[in-house]
Order: sequence, then structure tokens, then C-alpha cells
Amino acid sequence: MIRQPPAQEQHTVTDGPEQRSQPPQPPQQPKGAAPRLKLSAISKSFPGIKANDHIDLSINPGEIHALIGENGAGKSTLVKIVYGVLSADAGVIEWEGKPVTIASPTAARKLGIGMVFQHFSLFEALTVAENIALGLDDSGPIRALNQRITEISARYELPLQPDRHVSGLSVGEKQRIEIVRCLLQSPGLLIMDEPTSVLTPQEAKILFRTLRRLRDEGCAILFISHKLDEVRALCDRASILRHGKLVAACDPREETSGSMAEMMIGSSPVTPRRSSHEAGQKRLEIRDLTVPGQNNFDVSLSHINLELHGGEIVGIAGVAGNGQKELAMALTGEVRAPGREMVVINDEAVGHKGPRRRRRHGMAFVPEERLGQGAVPDMDLAENVLLTGYLRLGLVRYGSLRMQAARDLAADITGQFDVRCRGIQAQAGALSGGNLQKFIIGREIVQSPDVLIAAQPTWGVDSGAAAAIHQALFDLARRGTAILVISQDLDELMLISDRLAVLHEGKLSGAHPTHEFTIEEIGLLMGGADIGKARLAS
Amino acid sequence: MDHAYLTPLILAIIATATPLLLAATGELVTEKSGVLNLGIEGMMLMGAVSGFVTAKLTGSMVLALVAAGLTGMAMSALFGFLALVLLANQVASGLALTIFGVGLSALVGANWVGQPIDPLPVLFPAALAELPLVGPVLFAHDFLTYLSFGAIAGVWWFLYRTKAGLILRAVGDAHDSAHAIGYNVVKVRFLATLFGGCMSGLAGAYLSLVYTPMWAENMSAGRGWIALALIVFATWRPGRVLIGAYLFGAIAILQLHAQGAGLDIPAQFLNMLPYLATILVLVIISRDAVRIRLNAPACIGKAFHPAA
Repeated sequence: MIRQPPAQEQHTVTDGPEQRSQPPQPPQQPKGAAPRLKLSAISKSFPGIKANDHIDLSINPGEIHALIGENGAGKSTLVKIVYGVLSADAGVIEWEGKPVTIASPTAARKLGIGMVFQHFSLFEALTVAENIALGLDDSGPIRALNQRITEISARYELPLQPDRHVSGLSVGEKQRIEIVRCLLQSPGLLIMDEPTSVLTPQEAKILFRTLRRLRDEGCAILFISHKLDEVRALCDRASILRHGKLVAACDPREETSGSMAEMMIGSSPVTPRRSSHEAGQKRLEIRDLTVPGQNNFDVSLSHINLELHGGEIVGIAGVAGNGQKELAMALTGEVRAPGREMVVINDEAVGHKGPRRRRRHGMAFVPEERLGQGAVPDMDLAENVLLTGYLRLGLVRYGSLRMQAARDLAADITGQFDVRCRGIQAQAGALSGGNLQKFIIGREIVQSPDVLIAAQPTWGVDSGAAAAIHQALFDLARRGTAILVISQDLDELMLISDRLAVLHEGKLSGAHPTHEFTIEEIGLLMGGADIGKARLAS
Repeated sequence: MDHAYLTPLILAIIATATPLLLAATGELVTEKSGVLNLGIEGMMLMGAVSGFVTAKLTGSMVLALVAAGLTGMAMSALFGFLALVLLANQVASGLALTIFGVGLSALVGANWVGQPIDPLPVLFPAALAELPLVGPVLFAHDFLTYLSFGAIAGVWWFLYRTKAGLILRAVGDAHDSAHAIGYNVVKVRFLATLFGGCMSGLAGAYLSLVYTPMWAENMSAGRGWIALALIVFATWRPGRVLIGAYLFGAIAILQLHAQGAGLDIPAQFLNMLPYLATILVLVIISRDAVRIRLNAPACIGKAFHPAA
């Protein structure tokens, strides 16, 4: 279903990045000095997947080295090997010129390797100082430690209060704990696993200042990311992984984001395309939808009106926390509308019905949270297909599950939507974010819904998966489905939606063709200006 | 109340509270590391019978206490092997341990039922206990009673003032994080489980060597379960475990006296009183939800799979 233009498939084989990419070579290295860390021919396999395949890499003191690649390319596996969490099947690790075996994180720390995990390894019930003490092998008395924490955090602009419990801290503060924990051991190599994915742009800027300062003091930094602009702004060298292999090394300052993305994906980034559409029949109508907030933290939805026709994609933009979650819940039926006429699917009033009955009427949903709402992490893919698919795909007969049919469907979906996993018996929780999202969207699409509600369909997935998801949505629209995309990613909405409306404090602006909007106008609407109304009046 | 009446009352309260405190102190450490061992009752019974039999056979109280502690540890090692190494369900394994302990202790002790024994001697010279007023209350106890106070204080100091205790709490709070940093989650939990088993075994020995110096089948009579409940209602805080154990002991004794005094309240209600009052008081003093979240081990009862 996700068809890439054939020209690009050839592109991969012929004049792809392989020709331009050079074998990784340590540049700007003073003669005679050994690199701080050198990996030779590191390989690691998991059942069904070769996560790392003969990877060579070297990192020098005073260098910020980027390790980039799509989700599932093997970046995390490689750094876990370096940090001693996993052990390599084959290959040699050299630390400052000497071969070493790193059997455990403790051994890694002893060598001088510090790591800031993407998912923090923090203890919510303990204080900042206790958390830091746990990461140090000789933490000493807690009072002296508080002193050292205060010093380090002042020196590197990482403000922290040692006595606070972690459970009340923001994500940025939690990351600072991890960084301070590493810095207290004056590491020779600092590994940062996608550090900016959880930060606001302002916090990221401060982090970069800290990292540059560390680099200037001679620390080597391995910076893992798939945000290419950051890599270009920060890093001195980049190694690019794809499907577990090191495919290229480059100087990111001399590349464009486009050229690096090409190396990452193995072809030019696919630009999803869609043929022009004509509006079909009315599929979904939202009439004066008003839902009071459930508690103090919820936004109340007030007087929302919108019509969706078959074949069109309508985007809902807005700053986070303006009612996106509440709107999605009111549309899926998790929260029932106070009036049955408020939500109408195919001329059938469903406002009073729950999610299951709305699905029967032809609605399908892609919820914002992949794990927990979109899929059950501990169930395998076939079971996850059953969870939402049993109604419309005929997977239940005489009250019993048709497991084989579900397995076939799951296999179809993984094939059709390029979901990379260890087969359909893989647990949903074991898939990377992008692959799971492709799977969930695929599962909803194969049900051929009349209306699809997708909340943040590409949140946190890499560019390749995002392009595939957009293409899948286009293909679905072409077959006559009405699609509503609620997203905070304005670029995404400008790219894929035919019409656009803006949600602000629970009120929806009028929906207008996307190309009639300028970014400034949308910005104003997101800030609460009443352009939509002015437009409707004129 | 004159003190001729008061002193025996206090002694009775201490005797009721001590086995609960011993068992709860051990289980507190086990649970703080994230392991829920429901086998306390079984471990207590095994400790009681092995302590009694050893004392009978060797005549040595020291050997009896060592045997009781080691038996409790052996029982908890069995549990630890099932739940921590083989990753069996902790609730089911713990229940099985209790059932196993009840049965095995009855079998081992079958020939010893009803035989008398000299109780564990008082630790201090009799002269001290004859001091007016404070003498009996402070100095007329056996080793295990003093141990119960030392253990709960020691556990507080260990948990909140040592690095090892910090690691133990960390393992109970987020085992994946602890593993990622490089701590051996299974080892920490196994040691904590062994400590819990040892304390339960000693609590059992208190029953068969001090409280009622004899062996009877099922003589723990649910005290293991009360110790478990105390920990929950004390929100995993050592000081409150101590308060809870003594509160329970006090009300249990007082209501007995009330029954003896012929109070016009049905005995069933009075029997409920220790349970009700202990729960009420502990729930009221521990009702701060934030503090509960900070003290309750978040990983309790969860199996740890060292993921990639």
C-alpha cells in the first residue's frame, strides 16, 4: 500500500550514499595519540535481527561525535555494548589504545565512560542527591556529596537542588541529574542517548552549551540523535548507521540535513505524494460539540463544528493543552458527548455511543499514546490486531477468536506497512516507536474505516517512518476515507491536510483550505486571535 | 493503677508485640527491596519448631536460636530461588511457602507436641530486674526482646544512613534503573529475602521458647499475617512498624483484661479491637499520599527480567 516511486528504489542501489560515503577515518587526530575509544568489527545479534554488524568507530578526546540513524538502526545496541549493559558477540573495544572488556556498567564507569540514557535510570522515590550517589562507586557521605553537586551544577549551568525528591521534577531537571551524575566521575567519554528528544528548544540550547564546554575541556562525547539539525550545529564528526551497519561517516558541518538524511535512510527522503482529491460524501459531522472538562486539569470543549467528507484530510492545529486530548476523547467515544446529535457518522447520530459502537459505524482511531492506548505492550502483534480489529474484520466466529486469521492479518500488516520486528509473535512493547506506530496505523487502515481519527500520528518517530505514515494516510484518503489529524506538528499539518482548523482553549476556528493560510495567520489563531471568524464573516 | 498491676501488664504487652516486631522488621527489609514474601507464617512455624527441637536435643539456647534463624533463612532461600531466580509469581510462591511451612513444621514437631521446656533465660542478672519500678520493665527480658528493638533501630539506620541501604531502596523503587546503573538486582533482593527469613525464624523461636515455652501445631496463629499487614499500614517506615506492633500488643492485652473484668461488651467485639484500632491509627497517622508514594517500594511483587 505504501508505494514509493520506483525511481527512488533504484536510487538506493545506484547512486546512493554509498558512493559518497567514506570509510570512517579518525580525522584531526594528533599523531601518535590513541583515540579515546576505538571499536573494531563489533557485532551483536538478537533472535531474528542483526542489531550490529561489524561496526568500526573511533572517538577522540575533545570531539563531539554523532551517531545517527533511524529508529532500529542499532544505535542504542551499540552504546549499550560500550557501556557494558550488553556484551558484543564479536569485535574488539580499545580504550585509550588498550583492548578492554567492559563486562558491566560499573566496569565502564571505572574506565571513565559515563552515559545519559534516553529513558532515565532514576529513582522517583529518592532525592536528587541519593540518585546521584547511586551512580557513583565512591559517593562518600551525603553532605560532602551535596557540596560537590552544587559545585558541578554551578560550573556547568545545570541547576539542581540536592534535597528534592525526583518524583516532582520536570523532564529537563531529571536529565540534569543524569548529566551531573556522569560529570562527578570526570568521565573521559560521555554518551548521550537522544538527549534532546525530551527537552524544550530552550533547554536544548543550554545543554549544547554544557556539552561544548565539556568538549573544550577534553572530554569525548558520543551524541546519539536523529535530529539532523542538532547534529550539524553541535557535532564535529558523524557516523551513520543503517540496519545495523555503519554506512557512512562525514563531517556534519559540511553536509546538509538532506544529504545526511539520505545516508540515514539509504535513499532520498521519500516525499509523500498524493493525487488530487475530490470531496466525497459527508462522513463525519461534529455539531456544536460542547463537553465540560472532567476535572480542573481538563479543557472544556465549547461549540465545536466541523464537517468531514470522504477523501479529505483535515488537520487540527494548536498549542499542546488547548483541548486536543479532550477533542480526541470526545470523538472516539471515550468521553460521551452530552447530546447524541453532536457527533454524526454517516448520518447516524453516535454522540451517546462508546468507542466500540462508533467503530461499528465505521470509525477508526489512532490514539496519541502508542503503548497503553494504541497497543497493549505485553501482547503480541496478532493479539493487538484482534483488540480493535475483531469488529470489522470478522475475527470472531461463534464467540471464539480466529487466531490464525488474526496472525495472517498481522503478517499482512507488517509486510504492507514495512513494520520491522521479529515477526508477529513479537510483543508490541518490543517494537521501536516508529515501527509500532506504523503497525497501529496499518491495523486501523486495513479495517477500511469511513472515518479515521489520528492523534499525533508521527509524534516521536523518525523521518522515514513519518513519511511512510503520511503516505499511508494519503492512500487511505484516496480510497474515500475521511481523515482527521490532530497534531502539534504544524509542518506535518501543512504538508498533509487539505483543510486546517485551529484549536484554542477548547474552541475550534473555522476550517479552511490549508493553502489559504499563511504560517503567521495560523500562529495568530494558535495564540487565540479570531481570524477564523473574521474570515467566515467576509 | 498501682504498679503491681501495671508491671505484668507491660510485660504482657512486650511479649505480644515482640514476635510481631521481629517478623515485621525482617519483612520490611525484604519488601523495601521490592520482594513480597507472603511466607512469613510458614517461616515462623519452621523457626519455632526447629528452635524448640534443637533446644530439647542439645540443651543449648544459643544453638536453638541459630537453628531457628538458619531454618527461616533456608525457607526464604527456597522462596528466593523460586521467585527471584526462576521468576515465579511472588504471591503464589509466598502462599505456597506458608502452606509448606505449616505442614512441614507439624510433621517435624509431631513427637514434641505438648512437651515443656525451660524458657529462654533473662539476659541480665536478676538483681537488676529487682530494681523498683523500672527493673522488671527494662531488665527482665530475654535476648530476643532486646534484639527486636536493636533490629528495628538497626534497620532504620541501615536503610536511611548507609549506601547499602540506599541501594536496597533503589532496587525496590525502580529495578530497571538499578540494573542499568549496574547493580545486581537479584543479589540485593536475595540477601534482603534471606534477612527477612532469618527474622521470621527468630520470631517463631520467640513463640516456642519464650511466649509459650512449648511446641504446638500452628502455634503462630496468624501472627505472620498481622506482621505483613503492619508493614503496609505503617507505609514501610520502621518507626511506624514499631508503633504498630506495640499498639497491637497493647490493645490485645487490654481487651483481654477487659474481658476478664466482665465488661458488658460481646467478647467478639473486644477480640476485633486490636486489629481495628491498629489499622485505624496507622492509617490516620500515615494518610499523606505523597509520603506513602515516597515510602512504598514501587516495584514490590514485580518480577525482574534483566531486559536488553
